Amino acid sequence: MVEGQIPVAEYDSGNTKHTWNVKKLLNAHNILAEYTYQKGKVIKGYANRTLYVNLSTNTISEKPVTDDMKKKFTGGRGFGLKLLWDSIKPTTRWDSEENELVITTGPLCGTTQYAGSGKSLCLTISPSTDIICDSNVGGFFGPYLKFTGFDALEIQGKAKEDVVIVIDGERSKVTIETAPKEEVNSHVLNEQLTHMYASKDTDSARQKVSVVSAGKGAEHSWWGCLNFSFYDIRRKVCRMKQAGRGGLGTVLRNKHIKAVVAKVERFDGVTNHPADPVTLAKVGTKLHQEIRDLDRQQCNMRAVGTVHLVEIMDQYDLLPTENYRFGSFPKASKIFSPKFYEYFTKIIPDGCWHGCTMACAKTVDGFTIMTGPYKGQNVTVDGPEYETVGCGANMSLWDPAWILEFNFYCDTYGLDTISTGTAIAFYMEMFEYGILNKERCDGLELYFGNFDAVMEFLHRMARGDKGEFIIVAAKGVRRVKDWMKKKGWGNPQLIEDAGMESKGLEYSEYVTKESLAMQGGYGLTLKGPQHDEAWLIFMDMVNNQIPTFKDKAEALHYFPMWRTWFGLNGLCKLPWNDIEPANNAETDEPAKVPEHVQNYVEYQNAVTGWNVDKEELILQSERCYNWQRAMNVWLGKGTRKEDWIPYRSIGPVTEMEYVSRKDRYDAQLIEKVRLKKEQVERMSVPEKIKALYKHRRNEYEKLADAVYYRRGWTPNGIPTPQKMKQLGMDDSKLLKVLQKKIDDDEKVGKNVWGGIYKKGEKPPTTVHNYWEKW
Amino acid sequence: MEHQKTVKVLKFHPQKCTGCRKCEQACSQVHFKTDEGGDKSAIRILKTKQGYQMHVCDQRGLCIDMCPVGALARRKNGIVWLDKNTCIGCQACVGFCPIGAMRKSDARIEPFKCISCGACVRACPEQALELVEKKIDDIKEVVYHGLEAH
Repeated sequence: MVEGQIPVAEYDSGNTKHTWNVKKLLNAHNILAEYTYQKGKVIKGYANRTLYVNLSTNTISEKPVTDDMKKKFTGGRGFGLKLLWDSIKPTTRWDSEENELVITTGPLCGTTQYAGSGKSLCLTISPSTDIICDSNVGGFFGPYLKFTGFDALEIQGKAKEDVVIVIDGERSKVTIETAPKEEVNSHVLNEQLTHMYASKDTDSARQKVSVVSAGKGAEHSWWGCLNFSFYDIRRKVCRMKQAGRGGLGTVLRNKHIKAVVAKVERFDGVTNHPADPVTLAKVGTKLHQEIRDLDRQQCNMRAVGTVHLVEIMDQYDLLPTENYRFGSFPKASKIFSPKFYEYFTKIIPDGCWHGCTMACAKTVDGFTIMTGPYKGQNVTVDGPEYETVGCGANMSLWDPAWILEFNFYCDTYGLDTISTGTAIAFYMEMFEYGILNKERCDGLELYFGNFDAVMEFLHRMARGDKGEFIIVAAKGVRRVKDWMKKKGWGNPQLIEDAGMESKGLEYSEYVTKESLAMQGGYGLTLKGPQHDEAWLIFMDMVNNQIPTFKDKAEALHYFPMWRTWFGLNGLCKLPWNDIEPANNAETDEPAKVPEHVQNYVEYQNAVTGWNVDKEELILQSERCYNWQRAMNVWLGKGTRKEDWIPYRSIGPVTEMEYVSRKDRYDAQLIEKVRLKKEQVERMSVPEKIKALYKHRRNEYEKLADAVYYRRGWTPNGIPTPQKMKQLGMDDSKLLKVLQKKIDDDEKVGKNVWGGIYKKGEKPPTTVHNYWEKW
Repeated sequence: MEHQKTVKVLKFHPQKCTGCRKCEQACSQVHFKTDEGGDKSAIRILKTKQGYQMHVCDQRGLCIDMCPVGALARRKNGIVWLDKNTCIGCQACVGFCPIGAMRKSDARIEPFKCISCGACVRACPEQALELVEKKIDDIKEVVYHGLEAH
């Protein structure tokens, strides 16, 4: 569809139409708990209270947000950490009764004037990693949660049967209701609940409802994502965005929650009651104009979303193909952005929250499903985004329609496309080597490029198939590694090196072999290998702007802190550097996009009425970042051991990989490992791989040393109490935990740097326990 | 569904204009019940070296497809209309208007624009303004959505 100015009522998506008997569905509900609250106003970005729901006891209550909480944790993910700290134990695991699913907003969340301001931050103890996972997601739920009166929603306990939690801002009422008859899969369930709870039978009323759900896949795997709905008045469907990483949807279904619904009575451009709406509108409009004028020459997000990255990644050898063995592939052009552009619906405003003119949330409408329970139906597919297309490359699926089908089912089944795709790619590689085979895979022929097998795997998983492989495979790469090793299949070293997980979480879709800084960007992280903390490949590998360990460490301090800030405020990162001012390249630090940093300073001040500067923004993040790492220590993790990354992300694991980039690696053996040319020529490929392995592994350890030092952590990666106090995070219980861990590390000799330093090289400091001298 | 084919837009006769800005005052009266004109007027008269210029919405309607809540639509008479009660103040239309004719006053978060009501035409003592009928197909503009420049 390329015709513009179509009246909203006249749009037709071409989707299969459904009519639901919502009365019948609603009549089957039994109200288990009801809580009426006093309506309040959001003041300068804060609702000033959080909502607590316990499904084991069917209690609902509210907690105040104190000034101290705002000062220390800012909001969003910070509030989530604080609420978890107050509620869980060091022994809490993902399926423990006391584990919580927390959905938070942030003071800037719900602003409509500045692009990318509708994000929710979701936190829980992850099944994959046993530590806190945080995930950032669009859709209307976050803003609506705040506008109904709460900065965060905290769900503890487990229901005995499937329930929905309804937060009704119209009647100021929160209910827990049994929901036995609704569908579980999100694209249907979200539609049913939206029609059920909308105040009127109009699109405008339906747009005031948002649903959080996860599908059947989330029930039977550890890759469960949360689908956050946003009703599209033109397409007349509940579109959705995913809080993908770390199994949040798995936790939702484990608690027997079918969905959480938020409904607002009305809202406008100043429902956050910003301190200075005039400045806010000016800063926001300036960005809209930048996007209008420059996006088409820069990322063209408005036309193709994040898929524009596919061709760039392929060009720079960064597009993961065949389980990250390669970074580019001859067939890749079949899935470049112009191929998806042909499918995407044009012109419709595609922001996942109102006012986001970056509009990267593309859809394919009227897509005819080819497999599974919805075969033959025409549906809206939300996406794909770059990561999902990257998964296609990783599984060697070189047909846009296959990627769309994979995308659709992952979404409606509530599966994180990233974890699902990365894990299947690993299983495919193991299949190629014969470590897995048809028999060991419950009859699935999981070779690279086998689209039918991929879909069959998803459908069987969603049906709760009890095959041994299906059950283990649905828990991800880490558990399959352990399973294959236990079975005695294959070379354990190969299995460890090739499976792309760290901390138990699957990698997202970038090849990092040639960028040491980005290896740190994935490994030296809080929740696991996700590119939301830092994306340094171009700075490091292409532009060589951060050549030394100290430079890389500085980048691995600044960027994770900067990017954390978005999560504290309820914002999206994309409008920061996926659009840049025309003169950005001429600034002192183009990678930081200084003008946009200044926008955010003005933006936060305009909403909250504070008077902060750019340094204070980083401090806000540093407080929460260190707190989260400290909580990981409290949970028995958060050390150098957990920051291990698989060798596939560092260098060539197999001979095939080495030979495919032989000139590059041979040259490095001479330049970096300092071997003589004649020596290299005489070496066999396995010998070369080994030499490179030893060198690159040590480079990573040296990087960890430099980064830990820059962050004020011990050589074992523990935030020091001195650092925490400096940041004003002086909780005595947590400080004691850290001191005890550091003392224990001292006894077993872990307070020493991990890298091996040759003559002329130095660790970050030679002062033992340097932080004690502060 | 049948849609309106024509729309009334403002036409300016600069040689007749004396720069009295009675038009702006009349316009701000319509939108903000004040005769301040200026930032509160959808029509602006600018003094340039070449003489007076009018700056106002020409009803091309690019903004319609920018609105996430459907607050912008062509009315039966073809006018591009912003429904203030539906608007959520995001300024997407303001930022994307190619001629800067979607206005925002500091007085409220919702923008405003020319609705071809004729108040300015009536207020002009020199008959420098008139409303003329144009074919919508001739003036219509759709927001950029191409691959070409990439």
